[in-house]
Amino acid sequence: MKSVDIALEAQRTGRLSAVKEWLYRHNTGGRLSTLLLFIPPALMVFTLLVILPIAESGVYSFYRWNGFTALSDSGRWVGWRNFQFILQDPVFHQAVWNTAKIVLISLLIQLPLAMMLALSIASKGSLNTLFRLVYFLPFILADVVAGLIWRFIYDGNFGLVAAFTQLFGMESFYPLADRDWAFNAILVVVVWKYFGYHMMIYIAGLQSVPNDLVEAARLDGASRLQIIFRIKLPLIMPAIRLSIFFSVIGALQFFEMAMPLVTSGGPSGSAHTIVTYLYEFGIVRSRIGFGSAVAVLLFVMCAIFAFIYQRFVMARNTA
Amino acid sequence: MLKLKHLVVSTCVGTLLAVCSTQLVAEETVTVLHNQQDQFIRDTWDDIRVDFEAQNPNITVQLDFMDDDAMKARLPTLLQSNAKPDLYWSFGGGNYRVRAEAGLLADITDKADRLRANIGSGAMSAFEVNGRLYGAPYRLAQVGFWYNKSLFEQAGVNADSIETWDDFLDAVSTLKEAGITPIAAGGAERWPLHFYWTYLAMRIGGQDLFQSILADEASFDNEHYVRAGEELRRLAELDPFQPGYRGMAYNEAAGVFGNGQAAIHLMGEWDIGVQTSESESGEGVSGGNLGYFNFPMVAGGLGDPSATLGGVDGWAFTSGNGSDAAVRWLEFFLAPEQQRKLAAAGIIIPVANGAAEAVEDPHMKQIAENIANSSWHQVFWDQALGADVGGVINDVSAELFAGEISPEDAVDRVQQAWDFR
Repeated sequence: MKSVDIALEAQRTGRLSAVKEWLYRHNTGGRLSTLLLFIPPALMVFTLLVILPIAESGVYSFYRWNGFTALSDSGRWVGWRNFQFILQDPVFHQAVWNTAKIVLISLLIQLPLAMMLALSIASKGSLNTLFRLVYFLPFILADVVAGLIWRFIYDGNFGLVAAFTQLFGMESFYPLADRDWAFNAILVVVVWKYFGYHMMIYIAGLQSVPNDLVEAARLDGASRLQIIFRIKLPLIMPAIRLSIFFSVIGALQFFEMAMPLVTSGGPSGSAHTIVTYLYEFGIVRSRIGFGSAVAVLLFVMCAIFAFIYQRFVMARNTA
Repeated sequence: MLKLKHLVVSTCVGTLLAVCSTQLVAEETVTVLHNQQDQFIRDTWDDIRVDFEAQNPNITVQLDFMDDDAMKARLPTLLQSNAKPDLYWSFGGGNYRVRAEAGLLADITDKADRLRANIGSGAMSAFEVNGRLYGAPYRLAQVGFWYNKSLFEQAGVNADSIETWDDFLDAVSTLKEAGITPIAAGGAERWPLHFYWTYLAMRIGGQDLFQSILADEASFDNEHYVRAGEELRRLAELDPFQPGYRGMAYNEAAGVFGNGQAAIHLMGEWDIGVQTSESESGEGVSGGNLGYFNFPMVAGGLGDPSATLGGVDGWAFTSGNGSDAAVRWLEFFLAPEQQRKLAAAGIIIPVANGAAEAVEDPHMKQIAENIANSSWHQVFWDQALGADVGGVINDVSAELFAGEISPEDAVDRVQQAWDFR
């Protein structure tokens, strides 16, 4: 009997010391305690405010639901019908195409413009500071305010457009009322509003380019263009990648500025973006299920883009 | 022993009664949420509130204002919160019905005897859902053609001779030939355009067809509603609107009419005030210069030309708040005496019995008569059919005017939305 007791006791202390040993190894510097203390609050907030809503809208997207009462009371399961309808809706196709247009315009016009300006006013000087401020000004305005200002500019009777057409004796023109022009008019505002922001990112990048590198290149006989393309641009590539990322995500979420410019998507919904489409058909018409389905599609698009971009483009930063 | 028991019971009952009666005397607050922008109307309402509180010293009424758009956006969540008002402004129609069926409104059917005694049953029925009452109507509205008499004279058009849709189209052409923009329209908001399609559908299809569609016994996809689209296209081909109408909101279009830059505006009687305040001079098309005619009949149409399209707007009780005090306030507010006062001030076309006689403004008077003589007063379709189906009707109306959709595809899209409601 006694020998059995001793053996059990030895086994028990052995197990205890193994646990102690494990704790000692894993909790060096209080690592484990930190994890146990600090992860749960953050995880809880993230779950409650991010994961849960996303999951919920995933559920809603399979229902026909007006959102007035609990889903169990007034929701009706419709399977994939919301998604089917969205994918067949020409207005949604237009909204996706419009969003793509914002990306294209950003990449082809806005960012090169921002880069050109950044290159010309990156060096320190009081005049350059003034220009920086002037170019940055549109970005400071609230999106809704900018939209309202441009609504006046585009007014065909009293606005700047009207002044222009009258000056040249042309027939009056109403860009926001024209199906083919409404969204192009918005694109102009997008470029005007955000180029200053990207310019600032580039200026910050350019100012961190070491002067001795530029000087050395100059001594070696490099031309101005060569300095730009061979020295400056490669060195601020991380900033460029970042600004492309911002402009694509911004395009996917583009909303506030379009609202005051065109009422519910402009003529025949020709000026919808994905988010204004979501707002008009999901919120305004109280179809929470349908709106959630749009949101799910938007989320998938954003996630795929962010993942690919992080994996294949941003990752090069460390290389 | 028996006596003691008696005593205990009677004391209990006595205390209970005392508690109850103190509660009846206790101060009660009735909160009312509305979207009324017009200061004059708000002041008139406030006078009524003061009168009411003088007669009911234990009840306080609080009139809270919220901007129309903000109210539409906040109401869905507000109604489910504790901060909800006792009563709120409602356009009736689909949203009211959905909320009543969802249990968000208070059933006051059993307390409504005095309300029913004061208000005509036709208007009252607009606030009944499955035979139960959750609110009460406050005013009537009708949509019709407002026109500028001097512009008509200038073009040589006589409004009195417009009896059919063909006459109307002729008048539009004549105005156009005289170099006058025939019609103002707020195309950016779309609902001003849906009046055309829905009025045509009412004139061509008639009431029975609409009722059977509501009962799912007929489809929007029918020859009459297709014809409504075709007739609308005939108007559209005349290019009748001010240039850039698709970019203009309702109030901007009202300004165009108020400035005398267009001869006609299809709108409800609230436009009398709006076109005045939106005009550059601040006077609008006023007094004897403003004319009105009903939406004309359509040759071969089944609809009764006396039928009117418009609104029955009123107040709804939020769930748990159909208290006696709240009902008493609404009884007072909607009593013939107050309605007469509001009608005489030119603010409303009243719903209370006998109050219509007090209407003095000749236009308001005519509209009150139109509605009284109407065989079918239909609430705006985009309200009556709910936000989603209504939204589709607004969309297709705008696209029909722009020629981007065929009349057949238009009804098809409406029916699709109706099937999937």
